[in-house]
Amino acid sequence: MSEDTINVTVIDREGKGHEIEAPTDMNFNLMEICKASDLPVEGICGGMALCASCHVYVLSEHELNDPSEDEEDMLDQAFFVEDNSRLSCQIKISKAIDGLKVKLAPVGE
Amino acid sequence: MINTDILIVGAGPVGLFTVFEAGLLKMRCHLVDSLPIPGGQLAEIYPKKPIYDIPGYPTVLAGELVNNLMEQIKPFKPGFTLGERAEKIEKIDEKLYELTTNKGTKIQAPVIAIAAGLGCFEPRKPPIEDIDKFEEKGIDYIVKDPEKFRNKKLLIAGGGDSALDWTIELADIASEITLIHRRTSFRGALDSVDKVLALAKDKKVHLITQAQAIGVHGNGVLREVKIKSKELGEFSKEVDNFIPLFGLSPKLGPIAEWGLNINRSSISVNTEDYSTNIPGIYAIGDINDYPGKLKLILCGFHEGTLMVQSAFKYIYPDAKLSFKYTTVAGVNGFEE
Repeated sequence: MSEDTINVTVIDREGKGHEIEAPTDMNFNLMEICKASDLPVEGICGGMALCASCHVYVLSEHELNDPSEDEEDMLDQAFFVEDNSRLSCQIKISKAIDGLKVKLAPVGE
Repeated sequence: MINTDILIVGAGPVGLFTVFEAGLLKMRCHLVDSLPIPGGQLAEIYPKKPIYDIPGYPTVLAGELVNNLMEQIKPFKPGFTLGERAEKIEKIDEKLYELTTNKGTKIQAPVIAIAAGLGCFEPRKPPIEDIDKFEEKGIDYIVKDPEKFRNKKLLIAGGGDSALDWTIELADIASEITLIHRRTSFRGALDSVDKVLALAKDKKVHLITQAQAIGVHGNGVLREVKIKSKELGEFSKEVDNFIPLFGLSPKLGPIAEWGLNINRSSISVNTEDYSTNIPGIYAIGDINDYPGKLKLILCGFHEGTLMVQSAFKYIYPDAKLSFKYTTVAGVNGFEE
């Protein structure tokens, strides 16, 4: 692994884990990384915390930034929201989240 | 019956600007959109957000861009069928299509331009097992007629404006009303939040916060909803009706059935003119796909501009098309 990449594990809705290498120097967020890896994450609004289509559960113990009011508002429109629910578009790819493990939340129709 | 030259499915920024470019070539447009207002995602998802990559605008609010586009296309007097979903396309003659909406409105045109973005906005349905079995049989995602809920035991779920507003409106109509919400705070208008809290205090609304619906049960019709609450644990609540109000999300919808080449929810087009596999039907903006595609408003404007040139040649194969700059020729709108 090079200096500027981290690894994150994303568990898809079938329970299969995907280890993804992500660059930290390109201002990516987790939703974009999932999409780039062809995981079934919609990210309809493009990462503005305005659509709730990139809902994930954070399974590892990483300290993440608290969700903004916008993110909380959008989580209200998501389903099966748990205490560890986050919008993946609001999780910045940085050294601090190396080894992060998340699971994709179920999607509505 | 509505007749036009170019029928545009989707009244987002790209559909709107296409009216302008079509108008310069003396072609009239009619737009259909499932949302009750023009603007598409810009109006529905992010009207108050700034956009920084519209050429010539260092920054513009999405809602403002929609207003400006509406102003820009005014001389070309577009027709609008709003709040109706484009449902079915039939070829009724050589170079004539008829589109029918979900409300039965019929529009005829030789050319159809699909500028439907991510599809049409529909209510978000909770991924609860068997929920589809009770749709219209106790579960509604939209309140069409409040009277339907008179003297019923009602459960509303959601924390936004529509959940709050319907709770207030239906409090006097339903025999019993419960509102469940994931958090303790609401994101709706302050005034509505205060009203709901007051109703809860007066025991007119049963408010359960930090709770979600996780199951639905019944025998043909809905009888009870299973609720998971932080405070009360899991329990079942007997109800006649359950109204989950979780906002709207876009779905490709009926467009998928129109015989177009579709690849991962996008319509494949020829980049020469953004035509689809069906003659006379084009796809522009976020809904199309081609090598190198970028889902940007400015790219959609370009696509619409090239598309109307092709549409003109398709409709009038013998007419001569002379290209004029607006700076030279001005903008000559339609009389009526």
